Amino acid sequence: MKYLSNVTTLALDKEKCIGCGMCEIVCPHAVFSVVDGKAFITDRDACMECGACARNCPVEAITLDSGVGCATGLINGMFGGGGACCGEKTCCSK
Amino acid sequence: MVTRVNAQLEWRDVLGAVKVRLNIGRMAYAVEPGLYAVGNPEETSPVLVSANYKLSFDYLRRELGGLDVWILVLDTKGVNVWCAAGKGTFGTDELVSRIKAVGLEKIVSHRKVILPQLSAPGIAAHEVKKQSGFQVVYGPVRACDIKAFIHAGMEATPEMRMVRFDFADRLAVVPVEIVEWAPHVFLLGLAMLGLSGITGVSYDLSLIWTRGFNVFMIVLGAFLGGSILVPALLPWLPGKAFSIKSLCVGLVLWGILVSVLNLALDVWAMLPVILSITSFMAMNFTGCTTFTSQSGVKREMRYAIPVQILLLITGMILWVIAGIGGSL
Repeated sequence: MKYLSNVTTLALDKEKCIGCGMCEIVCPHAVFSVVDGKAFITDRDACMECGACARNCPVEAITLDSGVGCATGLINGMFGGGGACCGEKTCCSK
Repeated sequence: MVTRVNAQLEWRDVLGAVKVRLNIGRMAYAVEPGLYAVGNPEETSPVLVSANYKLSFDYLRRELGGLDVWILVLDTKGVNVWCAAGKGTFGTDELVSRIKAVGLEKIVSHRKVILPQLSAPGIAAHEVKKQSGFQVVYGPVRACDIKAFIHAGMEATPEMRMVRFDFADRLAVVPVEIVEWAPHVFLLGLAMLGLSGITGVSYDLSLIWTRGFNVFMIVLGAFLGGSILVPALLPWLPGKAFSIKSLCVGLVLWGILVSVLNLALDVWAMLPVILSITSFMAMNFTGCTTFTSQSGVKREMRYAIPVQILLLITGMILWVIAGIGGSL
């Protein structure tokens, strides 16, 4: 299943990348693959902006606006309750 | 201090799981943070890290039958691994301080902790190593793969690294959504019911039992249909945005409801109401999924919410007009 195309804020700085492969390990949607010591974004539209790659990149080569893709949370945020997602009451029924 | 736990779940654990899936006491379903032992772990045994949401903890331990392992439970305020990682409570600071609090370096001789892969949004592995001396090894996404992962020498297959969202996963999160939104939908149903008595000349109370009952059932049907059918049929519904995916479901529900209930003029008023409710519930399901991005949801909401509001208002106006027309 894929969500909307051309919307993710994911960006990778090839110059900084040291090819450690952490992004490939932590990504739950196989967005990255490491070839010849450099990471590549191979499936950009699969990115859900969870932020795992950026958090675990030791050289800060990955940037993105991470957050939870949750309409209920965003609505609650708009009305000043609990911020975007995973508030005290709603969201994350998982 | 180490607590010994069983890999076997008891009936109380199963009942507890059913309750939280129904949103009963879900925010207070927690276990005490700290170190737990499954089987007879020694200083060379693996250390698995988990959240203190009891459902997460139970899902992990029931997969550990026959293994001798440590479980280090972090204080995630009773929230599951992935959501807590997103919030930062399943985070680098909590992991480092929990490792120190339980004195893990004295309990095990190795310097590795196995974390669920989905905790990665909150954990910077290189920082944990720097601050605690422990190397973070990201295990599989699903607890059911943990045995295979350990037996393979802590190697995950690409399959184990991918998050899924299967039929059962999708339906498991439906009841909480229904319980959360039911009060709002009930009020909307009552409002529509109230509008049903308006006629050209007066307010006709007897219409409450006929038109009013019908419209209440339709609001309820659209709500339940949108909440259950959209998640169930998600991969097969046309469209990418959830509010669009709901269109098919809304149209089919409309077809069924108008053929079951004798609506006459009211038929056309019901279409926008049903589309609005199913679309709204579908859009809210984004938060339950494993693949929607925040930027995507924001983009979807920008055009979906105004349309949903417009549809609902249109439906209400048409409903009143149909009532006036029916009484002439």
